Amino acid sequence: MTKKQKKTLRRILIAAALSVCAALLTLRYNFGWYLALAVWLVPYLTIGYDVLRKALLGIKNGEVFDENFLMAVATVGAMALGEYGEGVAVMLFYQIGELFQSYAVGKSRRSITELMDIRPDTANLVGPDGALTTVDPEAVKVGDVIAVRPGEKVPLDGVVTSGASTLNTAALTGESKPRSVQPGDEILSGCVNGEGLLQVRVAKPYGESTVAKILELVENSSLKKAKVENFITRFARWYTPAVCLAALVLAVLPPLAGLAGLLPAGWPAGWDVWVLRALTFLVISCPCALVISIPLTFFGGIGGASRSGILVKGGNYLEALANTGVAVFDKTGTLTRGVFEVVDAAPADGVTERELGAAAALAESYSSHPIAKSLWAAYGAPQALDRARAADAQEEAGHGVCARVDGAEVLVGNARLLEDRGIAFVPAEGAGTVVYVARDGRFLGSIRIGDSVKPGAAAAIAALKGQGVRTVMLTGDAESAAAPVAAALGVDEVHAGLLPADKVAQVERLLAGKPAKSNLTFAGDGINDAPVLMRADVGVAMGALGSDAAIEAADVVLMDDDPAKLGLAIRIARKCMRIVYENIVFALGVKALFLLLGAVGVANMWWAVFADVGVMVLAVLNATRMLRPMR
Amino acid sequence: MQKKFNIEVDCANCAAKIENAIKALDGVNEASVSFMGQKLLLDADDDRFDAVLKAAVKAAKKVEPDFEIEL
Repeated sequence: MTKKQKKTLRRILIAAALSVCAALLTLRYNFGWYLALAVWLVPYLTIGYDVLRKALLGIKNGEVFDENFLMAVATVGAMALGEYGEGVAVMLFYQIGELFQSYAVGKSRRSITELMDIRPDTANLVGPDGALTTVDPEAVKVGDVIAVRPGEKVPLDGVVTSGASTLNTAALTGESKPRSVQPGDEILSGCVNGEGLLQVRVAKPYGESTVAKILELVENSSLKKAKVENFITRFARWYTPAVCLAALVLAVLPPLAGLAGLLPAGWPAGWDVWVLRALTFLVISCPCALVISIPLTFFGGIGGASRSGILVKGGNYLEALANTGVAVFDKTGTLTRGVFEVVDAAPADGVTERELGAAAALAESYSSHPIAKSLWAAYGAPQALDRARAADAQEEAGHGVCARVDGAEVLVGNARLLEDRGIAFVPAEGAGTVVYVARDGRFLGSIRIGDSVKPGAAAAIAALKGQGVRTVMLTGDAESAAAPVAAALGVDEVHAGLLPADKVAQVERLLAGKPAKSNLTFAGDGINDAPVLMRADVGVAMGALGSDAAIEAADVVLMDDDPAKLGLAIRIARKCMRIVYENIVFALGVKALFLLLGAVGVANMWWAVFADVGVMVLAVLNATRMLRPMR
Repeated sequence: MQKKFNIEVDCANCAAKIENAIKALDGVNEASVSFMGQKLLLDADDDRFDAVLKAAVKAAKKVEPDFEIEL
């Protein structure tokens, strides 16, 4: 609790004790009205002086209809009618509600920063003599060298100058994937150092480091409000005056009707009855429950998502994500790994894959082509295979290479290369680049190299479809490369051979074709597709850890590159909106019910204050459900 | 010019009302008050930003006397 909250709590306790004394005194002795009022005014002013002061200031400043005014009028009215206990109780419970609200909000704000748990407290600055001094990360300058001990958080972005270790990025990405670092590697603040001692040359001041940027993004996200938040604020603006007007009508009309003899038989005609009912109205008219619980839900949703490595830049994007109808993906680097790898090999009869692969890798051992690298990655680097086994390598421009491996002539290249030599071969099916291998004029087999699909991509697409989202894949690759990937993933729609401008056109077309209420999300790497990210209802950048450009361009940032996180983001958004609507319906429903009960005299002021504070407490508790992380 | 400030507002409804009051000021292009974030975002004309900021603080204090801002 903060100092302010503790002070309020103390006041509540004192006022409660004073109220008990006042109640006992008035029961024991038969006071006149002025003595009873004096006795009750002690707890009343103890608990309510600030509300009365703010209400007066509000009237002076022309800000009449706020909750202070409502509470002041309701309680002063109750005291004037001789309902002293009610007047004090309403004020007391109002203050308890306010205290609870402020405590709940403070607690969720704190737990979100704790959830993030990436803010470094200190940095170990390495002095010229090698001695370590512990300093505030903000005091470290670019170019300084800091030491990061095992188990510590990396406080600032930089480059490793000495030491080797593995870093855990879980706090940033939500996924604990160890990343090994050596001298010369860049490291990001917020990662947790594994077992090795590192020295890091600082590359960015704290304010521009990854941690500071992420924290700022999360904190600022509450400034971009969802439509429903703005709706509630507008609603609150007319709701309170409307209820006040209704209260006035309730206080005046029935007694006047009674005087005129128009009141139905059996209805009370006394002024005091109707004024008291009107005051009950005022107690219920505070829109607090709605006004607090809805931003709290969004804040919790954004905080909970950021713990899973999903940064949402505003409540408005969370709201938009919940209505995702079409999810458009860029292919390369988003659904696929974006690196060339051996996908599969088809050795000819009597040849093993190892023999085929070794021949190809060795023949390519002097090459610098990306295909050579992927062959080495799959079948062994030249050093491991003994480069001396290969000799006389010649590039056959545009077709492949010809080399002597273990004394035999090996050809590695495209179909043309083998055709030109008159070697019979089996054409390979499927996407990607196919490399054909022949030795001494005999076909050894083919190796398919391509951009492989990410392991979780098919499941991610299936999950999105399960959520009722239509999936579309866009790619600049040729149809022949795109179709098999699309089939493997099970996307609903695929468009291949697109230039960057065509991608924008496709998104425009999809935007025009979708139902008006559903939204289109576009997920890409955030660097090459900025125009499409801007055009989509929600632009999602993937694998954005360490890329400022991607974080800048997107509305939703997935720190790691797992496409399943989009589905998770949509689930979080939908849960958030469900809680928001639950709270709206619940709060308005209970208020409407109690307004009705208050008008007919069933609910008195005690009920009203319980309804008001109770609804607020329940709505806030419901909102804090959003803080729990989702899987 | 857009600037963000750390603020202290005690109630969500006041935050919403402060936001509306600031939005209505002359020279303010955009304003947002976040109760949860305890932040104020003010976007106002460059040449008179300071004057607008002063007016915004005054308007905020009028709505909520306990309003605090870190300038």
